[in-house]
Amino acid sequence: MAKAQYNPDAPVIRIRDLHKVYRIGPEKVHALRGVSLDIMRNEFVAIMGSSGSGKSTLMNILGCLDQPSHGVYELNGRPTQKIGTGALARVRNEEIGFVFQSFELLPRATALKNVKLPLIYSRRHWLSAGRMAKEALRRVGLEERMGHKPNQLSGGQRQRVAIARALVNQPSLLLADEPTGNLDSKTSEEIIALFKQLHAEGQTIVIVTHEEDIAGHAQRIVRLRDGNILSDHPTELDPIHQDFLQRSLQIAQKMVAPTPAPAEVTP
Amino acid sequence: MTIIRLITQTVFLALGQMWSNKIRTMLTTLGIVIAVIAVICTVAAMVGLKQFVLGELSSIGANKVWIFPRMPPDQRDRFSFRQIRLTVDQVNGIAANAPSIQRLSPIMQINAPVQFEDRVRPFVSVQGIKPEWHEIEQRFVTFGRTFTANDDTERLQVCLINDKGVEEMGLDADPTGDFILIEGRRFKIVGVVETRSVSPMFGGDESQTEIFIPFGTGMMLRDEPRLYIVAQTFKAEQFEDARAEIRFYLRRVRGLTPDDPDTFGIESIEQAREQFGIIAGALTTAVGGLVGISLIVGGIGIMNIMLVSVSERTREIGLRKAVGARPEVILLQFLIEAVTLCMVGGAIGLGISQALVTAAQFSGIELIKGAQIPAWAVMLAVGFSAATGVIFGMFPAMKAARLDPIEALRHE
Repeated sequence: MAKAQYNPDAPVIRIRDLHKVYRIGPEKVHALRGVSLDIMRNEFVAIMGSSGSGKSTLMNILGCLDQPSHGVYELNGRPTQKIGTGALARVRNEEIGFVFQSFELLPRATALKNVKLPLIYSRRHWLSAGRMAKEALRRVGLEERMGHKPNQLSGGQRQRVAIARALVNQPSLLLADEPTGNLDSKTSEEIIALFKQLHAEGQTIVIVTHEEDIAGHAQRIVRLRDGNILSDHPTELDPIHQDFLQRSLQIAQKMVAPTPAPAEVTP
Repeated sequence: MTIIRLITQTVFLALGQMWSNKIRTMLTTLGIVIAVIAVICTVAAMVGLKQFVLGELSSIGANKVWIFPRMPPDQRDRFSFRQIRLTVDQVNGIAANAPSIQRLSPIMQINAPVQFEDRVRPFVSVQGIKPEWHEIEQRFVTFGRTFTANDDTERLQVCLINDKGVEEMGLDADPTGDFILIEGRRFKIVGVVETRSVSPMFGGDESQTEIFIPFGTGMMLRDEPRLYIVAQTFKAEQFEDARAEIRFYLRRVRGLTPDDPDTFGIESIEQAREQFGIIAGALTTAVGGLVGISLIVGGIGIMNIMLVSVSERTREIGLRKAVGARPEVILLQFLIEAVTLCMVGGAIGLGISQALVTAAQFSGIELIKGAQIPAWAVMLAVGFSAATGVIFGMFPAMKAARLDPIEALRHE
């Protein structure tokens, strides 16, 4: 299908001088002020920033939920600015898999039906929807729980169902917005491990987060501030992240030194 | 192809949605269910009533014609009752000038006191008839004899009485040869006539004694007797011919100019049937329309629940949009959901209506025994249910389709 036309060496995401201006009453709010960014195939990128930095706006544009006021956003070499809402919906359906902080599963549908949802709106894969949904659930390790409804699943399992749903239409981009925000640290680790596994299988992943330790699992960290890119480094070269790691280590050492019993370590 | 797939998908989605909200679905569709039951049962009852009335009318005789004097309604000052009354000459003239008429009998009817021994009935129908009357009315003499030509020309004081009259007047089982007094005159009973069972609809519960006397004799009882004619055409379809012939003759002998209205009436059961059919049709439409208002009420219920559903499922709509549902697909989904709700309501309503109508058919109540649901009413109910769904589902569906996915996903 259409995906075969793409040059595998071309960036999945190519952003040039992206601007987004909101009008709130008479005021103009510049959420993005000229962002440029390339994300290559099979990259694992974390986008970080405090609230108001423009990361949500950037994520919405990356996910084709919103369109830039100005600038270029090409997904797989195809421009997505200035196309109609119907075409944009199709791009979301075929090229992007969303993972949300609060999972957004349909409460009354089984895991399998939830995973099938994007295929209902897909022009292809109509007949093989069941098989593809099962395959996606297998990839996230939930094959045997496909008949369960969300309220019969744990938080981590729910997020894995959501990830399976994001993967089911074989998107070129997996876009996760604070995917571990509603999970405890142990479950977060599981989800991150799953992302790493998918990345190892060749999936391009972009995670939007404000947690340094989550971002640390990505290959590359893009930091936003006030609608501009503050920094864009591989994780091991990112000074802020390295600083964070160092400080974490120091804190851990300080806590470990006086009391050797690790059970009493509390933050 | 894509659209068909989309519709089937959405219908199943909607049905699933309804299945998981069973109680709410039931309550929501209740309005539509009741509306459909009301419409269908009213129509079915009207059909039954119409069938009953038409059946009653045909039992009177399809090829019977009545001819009677009638004052033109807006020219009461131009004609006197004396001018417009039927005369014996006119009766004979009609018989001679209307080839479509097979037979006729003039009838001279009065209400008169009748006495047998010490039993008196003050208002008994006494009709002067010709022997043709038996054939036209299909009421024959069961005992004794009918009138002879001699009875009529000699104006003999003989009479027939119906068997109900035999009972009511306290006559013997064989009353022939007995004498009764009609307006003080002695009449000899020569025969007994069958009583026609008349349905209560046509006043069959009144005094049922009927006395028949020879027409010639009857003409003696009044100076200017009021006559009407009951006649019979050869075939039921000949009514219009007969009417034209009679009308032509009567207008001529009465010297009416082309501008004058008829001073007589010519009616048939067929005509009455047609008129009743028209009235019944109009009534069915009117009642159906009135009851159809309840569909609007049902529709408003649907709209309300759809609006609730849209705002409840805002996040879900946001998610569906995020995973690639186009706005028109969302619109279609909610519209189909509304239509499906209405159609399910309509189907339940139809089922209950059918049960009620079947119950009516076996109820033994004469007036509604013939009730049945015509095919057009079923289609109408289904069509109106679907239309209600589309009309009242449109606003909520548009609201859903217009939701911004980002806003919708942020919705609490």
